[in-house]
Amino acid sequence: MILFEEVSKIYADDQIALNKVDFHLKQGEMAFITGHSGSGKSTLLKLVSLMERPTTGRIVLNGNDISHIKGNDIPYLRRHIGMIFQDHRLLMNRTVLENVGLPLLIEGYSRYEIKRRSLAALDKVGLTGKESSFPINLSGGEQQRVGIARAIINQPPLLLADEPTGNLDPKLSLEILTLFESLNQFGMSVLIATHDLGLIAKMRYRTLTLRDGDMINDGLLRERNE
Amino acid sequence: MSNNMGAKRKLSGSPKINKVSFIGRVKATLVQHVHQVIHSFFELWKTPFATMMTILVLGVALSLPTVFHVVYKNVERVSGQWDSASEVSLFLKKNISEERVQVLINKLGLYEDIEAVTYISRHQALLEFKEMSGFSKALSYLDENPLPAVLVVVPVKSAMNAAGSKLLVAKLEREQDIDLVSVDIDWIEKLQAIFYLVVDMVIGIAALLLLSVLLIVSNTIRLNILNQRDEIEVLKLVGATNSFIQLPYIYIGAWYGFLGGVIAWFFSWVLVIWLESGVMNLTGLYQAQFQIISLNFDESITLLIVAALLGFIASFISVKQYLVKIEPK
Repeated sequence: MILFEEVSKIYADDQIALNKVDFHLKQGEMAFITGHSGSGKSTLLKLVSLMERPTTGRIVLNGNDISHIKGNDIPYLRRHIGMIFQDHRLLMNRTVLENVGLPLLIEGYSRYEIKRRSLAALDKVGLTGKESSFPINLSGGEQQRVGIARAIINQPPLLLADEPTGNLDPKLSLEILTLFESLNQFGMSVLIATHDLGLIAKMRYRTLTLRDGDMINDGLLRERNE
Repeated sequence: MSNNMGAKRKLSGSPKINKVSFIGRVKATLVQHVHQVIHSFFELWKTPFATMMTILVLGVALSLPTVFHVVYKNVERVSGQWDSASEVSLFLKKNISEERVQVLINKLGLYEDIEAVTYISRHQALLEFKEMSGFSKALSYLDENPLPAVLVVVPVKSAMNAAGSKLLVAKLEREQDIDLVSVDIDWIEKLQAIFYLVVDMVIGIAALLLLSVLLIVSNTIRLNILNQRDEIEVLKLVGATNSFIQLPYIYIGAWYGFLGGVIAWFFSWVLVIWLESGVMNLTGLYQAQFQIISLNFDESITLLIVAALLGFIASFISVKQYLVKIEPK
């Protein structure tokens, strides 16, 4: 699904965000990326979602080298990636239903189809009945669920989540991770960046650990701790 | 790893760059365009005061070139009525016989650059002079008629200019029976030179004002983009193409231009109504008939299209510039 081969990202001020990172996320696999602030977690996700381009190295997404993809093709690639953010990135002037249906609106689906699939996605994340609400009137956990519904509405094979539980309490965080787990059970590859080691430890998934741009470990966190 | 790989066939599609089918894209694009044309119009009125201010500024900027055009059009019509100024008066020799005059008239009739020739006999000239000058009593004391016979020559349209008149005068001066050829070309030349200078200045000013329209719309759209920066970034992240993001802004820009054009049309119409009675009074004093005219239908449509196009171009540049900035590096 995702293959990184000696991928480095160096910003204009010579700051090394990622240093020759290698990893392979298989199709249908769920994994965590962890590390302290500034370790390169978000940069890694930005490289996969083409919000940034690598300075050196090769990134392959399901067999396609995306390191030098043309700018015009990026939107079409992003439609195959669901993205979830710590700050949810919802449009506050649009209803929950409109927020969730955004990816389908962009792809040119009919209004009926958008509504049908948006309601189904909201049902999947446990937000039935909230479709007419505005995000501002929802709790942090609910807003994150709206973000997840938007990310999964077009059934992308890959889900990227950048600190999805960063603003949530432990109970809600676990609920959100359980939701990711259930989506993974349906076949989505899931890559979650988080610095919440306690949360990762509760779930037995592969964990990639970054420090100052270097990948220092790749394996099960609990096993490593043991 | 607790992943259940067995039940994962259903959603594990390929993230190849699969685009929506061509027909699907065309249909979706058309629907989007129609939706955005309507939606962007209502979007403008979410901030009615700011929108009105912008449209009025655009209207004023567009109305100046429009008014210049109306003035130019009317001045051109007036100058067209000065064709008689191109008439050439031929003062004939005093001793010329009526037969010779007739031969000369026939000869002039063969000139390609002469439209018509009118003969004013010495007697007729004296009568007219008495009537116009008010010296009829004084003139009756003269022993003989001091006025020569005159042929008034009207050149063809193509010769009714400074160069054409000069050429015709040169030819007429060679005729033996003509004593004096009189045509006042200088003032026509000077007036034409002033007129063309004013036209050039007006074109320059109009170009600057149209440029200001581009800048006003571009800046307004830039501010809109800055206000909706987060929304644009979210749209990009969920797979919106640049054209999808650009569309509402481009239509808003086109609406600004179009509505500015409507205001400009209205201003020019009001100006014509306002000047109409004054112009009629003035031309009445010169015993002439002239009615000032406003933009016709074709010109009005052209104004609206050009205005909308300027808004369209300005907003396109503005959005494109922003989208280039947020492309991945």
